[in-house]
Amino acid sequence: MEVFTETQGRHAGVVRGGASRRMAPVLQPGAQLDVTWRARLAEHIGAFTVEPLRARAALAMGDARALAGLQSVTALLAFCLPERAPHAALYRRSVALLDLLPERELWPLGYLQWELALLAEMGFGLDLSACAVTGATGDLAFVSPRSGRAVSRAGAGDWADRLLPLPPCLLGEGEAQDAEVALALGTTGHFLHHHLAPHLGDRPVPEARRRFVELLARRAA
Amino acid sequence: MTQPSEIERLIEMMAKLPGLGPRSARRAVLHLVARRDAQLAPLARQMQLVADTARECTNCGNIGTADLCPICTDPRRANGQICVVETVADLWAMERASVFSGRYHVLGGTLSALDAIGPEELRIPQLVARIDEEAVREVILALPATVDGQTTAHYIADRLEERVALTSLAQGVPIGGELDFLDDGTITAALNARKPL
Repeated sequence: MEVFTETQGRHAGVVRGGASRRMAPVLQPGAQLDVTWRARLAEHIGAFTVEPLRARAALAMGDARALAGLQSVTALLAFCLPERAPHAALYRRSVALLDLLPERELWPLGYLQWELALLAEMGFGLDLSACAVTGATGDLAFVSPRSGRAVSRAGAGDWADRLLPLPPCLLGEGEAQDAEVALALGTTGHFLHHHLAPHLGDRPVPEARRRFVELLARRAA
Repeated sequence: MTQPSEIERLIEMMAKLPGLGPRSARRAVLHLVARRDAQLAPLARQMQLVADTARECTNCGNIGTADLCPICTDPRRANGQICVVETVADLWAMERASVFSGRYHVLGGTLSALDAIGPEELRIPQLVARIDEEAVREVILALPATVDGQTTAHYIADRLEERVALTSLAQGVPIGGELDFLDDGTITAALNARKPL
């Protein structure tokens, strides 16, 4: 089993009887657990003792978007995080996001903000505070695919078709309809695929994320 | 080593079977050897026969001894319903209950983000093809009540939407279950799926 902890980051260990009838419902993606890890040496994989705190899976079972998003969150965390390196801020953002699982309307926007936080934590954060060309803080409509900085309509000029879209929800503005969130996830996806993934040995970004974005776009259409 | 190597090897092989460990494998082998003619020889013959003939049903993924399993060749089972299950063990569990009279489709797993199992690794395209080929009216998704199982159910529902009626197994309190012993998730699912009396 792999867990994401506040103080130890992503951490693996064996759960004895983890596939048993008693433990299987507890060890679901997104579950909040109290775990104790023991091993003879620090470099051993070790074993967890597990105490369930909150089971979140049942909250998402009936909602395709929440389930697909949950799969994307867990897959991206497993994809991005090095083992045993703490990412306390991202941990707290992840817990806050998972607590949004029953809020069907808020979930897609919450996921988008979490993905922005993930990129920032990994060193590829977007700077959407001002136009990279003119310095203006208004009329921001694009993101530079190279620098991750915002670009205003005026600043983009003839280069607009080479830039990534910056929907208002990326700036925390507007109603954040699913179609707009899906568009924004296309922009964050660019940085996952072309900036973060090469940094992580060019492994492919988990397919679960693509399935979530496609589902969101299809439902919005 | 206290046994001849052939018997020791048999014990080692038996010990790898699910539910058996070295001690129980040793007991089973001792039992079989003591009843060589009545049990060991027929068992060996039957195992060889199954090893020679067992194969996956090309239609549903069940295990049989011909290209099509007995369920797929039985015309009485062609009632327009297909029950989608994760594994052959789930199919056999459904058959044990003797409540479903349609046909099955074994996916061979569920979508899993952490194990990187995508739709291409499952028998989903074959399911989609069967909808038209067998004039299916209803697809019953009998997949595990896990995050992976329900993600798979929603994915299939998305693929088959508007082509066929889609239903899934209910989730909640098992027969004989007491609320005090249930996990939070099961109680939540049961409460969400409550029905008028």
